Amino acid sequence: MPAAGGGNPQQGLRLLAQFQCGACHQIPGVPAARSLVGPSLAHLAQQSYIAGQFPNQPEVLVRWIVDPPAMQPGTLMPAMGVSEQQARAMAAYLYSLP
Amino acid sequence: MSMPAFMQSALHPAGADAAVIHSLTWLLIIGATVILAGMMLLLALAMRQRSQGNPIRPLRWLIGGGVLLPLVVLSALLAWSTLQSAWLTRPSSQHALKIAVTAKMWWWEVRYTDPAGGPDIVLANEIRLPAGQSAYLGLSSTDVIHSFWVPALAGKVDMLPGRLHGLTVRADNPGIYRGQCAEYCGQQHARMALHVVVQTPDEFKAWLARQAQAGAMPASSQALRGRDAFVAHRCTACHTVRGLATPAPQETLGPDLTHIGSRLYLGAGTLRNTRGALAGWIADPHASKPGVRMPAAGDIDGPTLADIAAYLEQLQ
Repeated sequence: MPAAGGGNPQQGLRLLAQFQCGACHQIPGVPAARSLVGPSLAHLAQQSYIAGQFPNQPEVLVRWIVDPPAMQPGTLMPAMGVSEQQARAMAAYLYSLP
Repeated sequence: MSMPAFMQSALHPAGADAAVIHSLTWLLIIGATVILAGMMLLLALAMRQRSQGNPIRPLRWLIGGGVLLPLVVLSALLAWSTLQSAWLTRPSSQHALKIAVTAKMWWWEVRYTDPAGGPDIVLANEIRLPAGQSAYLGLSSTDVIHSFWVPALAGKVDMLPGRLHGLTVRADNPGIYRGQCAEYCGQQHARMALHVVVQTPDEFKAWLARQAQAGAMPASSQALRGRDAFVAHRCTACHTVRGLATPAPQETLGPDLTHIGSRLYLGAGTLRNTRGALAGWIADPHASKPGVRMPAAGDIDGPTLADIAAYLEQLQ
């Protein structure tokens, strides 16, 4: 499967660990990412929507990761200073999950 | 500050005591392997001799291998280990740097005396040391039995409620050495870690002076909102941020947060300290560390959570 959105999935995996996404999400392959604060990302590739309201497309996911409150005011997910290029890599990894 | 490849390893000693323990460990491992290999070789030879019909003289082997050999080997080992143990640092508080470490379920309270004569500098889950200098750790516990173990620096020392045990440590080189509780102490025993950060003496001095100060005044409007939310949500019922004005006195049930932004990890080594991890931890610490005493914040909305995380992050 080609990397969705043009990012490098292996770099994405490292970034998901580095930004501690596992503090809130379950992400297969990321060490210690087992939290239940936010939704599991195990099957994100199969979801129709992101955050329950945005169409699940690579460009939308990248925007979401970069600044969630800008898209959905009131969300618990913080903007963590992820660059667009980093978000692209994270999205590529998440889409590579079965 | 670089992370060594082996943050928590007794096989990579970074201090004098750990080096002594390390050499004894290898002596025992290699010695035992040599003796075992020798025994197996003798056994094979004996079976071969017997199948060829040659008699074996048991008395010679019983006295030689059963009495003389253990006598020589164990005596030598006793002498060697006694000599080595004598080189281990004696716990002594006759050092410039004294640090009180109190184990709690499941984190570590760390207290430094203020060299400037002020009140104790209270921290949590992170001990910083100047490289090449000895520090005395006074170890105790307030609830159950814990054990202090930073394998790269020294052996284990139990922490018993009502008793004070001493440990003198000296780390030779700057680096980060992970330690953890080494006595089963309940549900989150496995996530009761601490980090020893060894810095150059100048860096250490500057760090300690900064830690002695009150919590930083928020510079951004988001951090200001976060400070007000921190007080409004009664975080200070368990946590202290020195210098923060609160309606009721601040408590010390949980870790002191005055300089939480400067620490490497959250929840005693559970999560690395980033803004996202701070928010996730506050939203529900039990998702990362089930059973932790801190309750989940079910009633904090998203923007407020982000504000509080921003406030804590700038408490450098």
